[in-house]
Amino acid sequence: MPRNPQPKFESWGRYPRLHANVVPLSWTTDFPLAKPPATKLLPVGAGRSYGDVCLLDGGTLLKTRGMDRLLHFDPQTGILCCEAGVTLAEILDFAVPRGFFLPVSPGTKYVTVGGAIANDIHGKNHHVAGTFGCHVPRFELVRSDGARFVCSATENADWFSATIGGMGLTGLISWAEIRLRPIVSRAIQYRGTKFIGIDEFVALSQASAQPVYTVAWIDCAATGNNFARGIYMQGDHSSMPGELTPSKRPWLTLPLDLPEFALNRFSVSLFNTLYYNKQRAKEKTGLVDYEPFFYPLDSLLQWNRMYGKSGLLQFQCVLPWEADHQMGIVKILKAITASGLASFLAVLKVFGDVPSPGMMSFPAPGITLALDFPIRTEVSFDLLDRLARITQEHGGRMYPAKDARMTAEEFQSFYPQWQAFARYIDPAFSSAFWERVTARG
Amino acid sequence: MARTERQLPSRILVLGATSAIASGVMRPLAAQGAQFYLVTRDPRKLAAVAADLQTRGAGAVFTHLMDLDDTDAHGSMLADAAQKLGTIDMALLAHGVLGDQEKAQSDYAAAEAILKTNFLSAVSLITWLANYFEQTRQGTLAVISSVAGDRGRKSNYVYGASKGALNVFLDGVRNRIDRSGVHVLTIKPGFVATPMTAHLDQNALFAHPSGIGDGILKAIRKRKDVAYLPPIWALIMLMIRSIPNAVFKKMNL
Repeated sequence: MPRNPQPKFESWGRYPRLHANVVPLSWTTDFPLAKPPATKLLPVGAGRSYGDVCLLDGGTLLKTRGMDRLLHFDPQTGILCCEAGVTLAEILDFAVPRGFFLPVSPGTKYVTVGGAIANDIHGKNHHVAGTFGCHVPRFELVRSDGARFVCSATENADWFSATIGGMGLTGLISWAEIRLRPIVSRAIQYRGTKFIGIDEFVALSQASAQPVYTVAWIDCAATGNNFARGIYMQGDHSSMPGELTPSKRPWLTLPLDLPEFALNRFSVSLFNTLYYNKQRAKEKTGLVDYEPFFYPLDSLLQWNRMYGKSGLLQFQCVLPWEADHQMGIVKILKAITASGLASFLAVLKVFGDVPSPGMMSFPAPGITLALDFPIRTEVSFDLLDRLARITQEHGGRMYPAKDARMTAEEFQSFYPQWQAFARYIDPAFSSAFWERVTARG
Repeated sequence: MARTERQLPSRILVLGATSAIASGVMRPLAAQGAQFYLVTRDPRKLAAVAADLQTRGAGAVFTHLMDLDDTDAHGSMLADAAQKLGTIDMALLAHGVLGDQEKAQSDYAAAEAILKTNFLSAVSLITWLANYFEQTRQGTLAVISSVAGDRGRKSNYVYGASKGALNVFLDGVRNRIDRSGVHVLTIKPGFVATPMTAHLDQNALFAHPSGIGDGILKAIRKRKDVAYLPPIWALIMLMIRSIPNAVFKKMNL
């Protein structure tokens, strides 16, 4: 067989790996391309989504990281206008010394603004602040035919709605405005509370006076009396004026792929037990820096190598509230525990009801669970298929930016608006994800 | 003897201001309130670079649109820069083209165009700037050259020759005006992931422009004469220069 001349690309999950050409974009005027290729196109930012939403087999990836300029900042309103390839880390470097912070922070700061909008990402403050797209007053969308639309809730509102959470398919986001929030310190006033079981988690998350940021780490390896134990973490920006220095660059890189056997049910159980018991008391409070609070994994560059060269699968679902006990979440956790495939990185959070402007946005009111699995071929795939079925049975949905597995039937039931959205897709654009979830059976 | 570290310059002339490496140098200086005089030929790119520096805290950003191949217009542009900035305390030459080696091998006009942009236009600018700095008895002249100027190889010797000539020229200028308190810095980046190299297969040796920018600022503070960036290239080029021609001429480089 002749060698495919296109190099292979992988997302952060490193699965799947697909061939594509790359055209770097350095200026907002670089698109449309002077010489459009014969293949389909897909913009890709930092490539930090997990599955195939940022991949396109046999296509041309438009890498936006070169579009990394800040264009305007108004300290009165906190609105920053920047090119779409700017990362959230670069925004923090700029904003924190000026007393501002991101309106919504995902679990890593190494994503681009364009990617944050295209996947309508969320963070620990979803229950009060909604998604990233809720804090984007305007952006420019460039179509492959050269049309340029400035989109907001009032101008080109339908394009605005289709592009937020539109997975990069509606055209290239060239620049965007983001409404930053003021802070007076790097510090976060933190409180960690240990819990056992989903009911206790729900009770904690429904207690009055919820702070701005809440999330729970959950031990998906624990069984028996310890089933669904975890730490409920809450935080608020400290109101005491403190340091506003920029962050140091991380120096620690995982230099090689760990062998596949490094993560197994024993090492994960051990790690989780140590982590759970590191906090001795039921409750712990104090001031912590925002870096470990928001981005605990960013200090280890290339942490995805922990999963070995076969990569990892992510799973994230949201299930709507159930009348009494949250049976859907319990069923999912039981399936994961029984599989023995759980990893350290499992997160539980309550989504609020702040609506996103995005037509295809993932978050919805209810409980969301996110975790990753090592790829152990069919065992991992079978488990993900089972989790998708439980999600479907309980009226939930899954997150495209963290998926490499859901079927067309599942996607179309999770996002019944997909055909209305498809009308906004740029005719020159596609993605491996989109081809997978719209394939005719 | 270790030299003491200097303060970074604050009134900066940038020739070829849309260069990705130049951005890596300018952004940290802008955050400290530096003033800039930016020269390039593309108005839309220039506007984006100026906005970026202004947003990051630049004290002032002056812009000048011109094709730097037009050496006749250098004098008036440089005089305007000196007037607008008050004093130029650093000039960064960041313009250049990679050119098309294959075309330049058979078409003298293509070779001449590469030499004109990378070498002759730089000679014109440096001639004016060297005299300006010598007279004001201060200043940093930072010039982005390339490791390709250290030895000619078949895949890019026209570009390499333009940079090699530039290196020799700078050695001479340094020898002349260092004693007047002027710092002449020859910057030799290896592979950098920039629009200039976008068409090449990028491997682990490709560095990010912001890292190169930090390296240049460090070289300015330490008053280095020549900076290979990232520093590993000093070693790589030492090895490449030491290969005898009898062997080198048979290699595929």
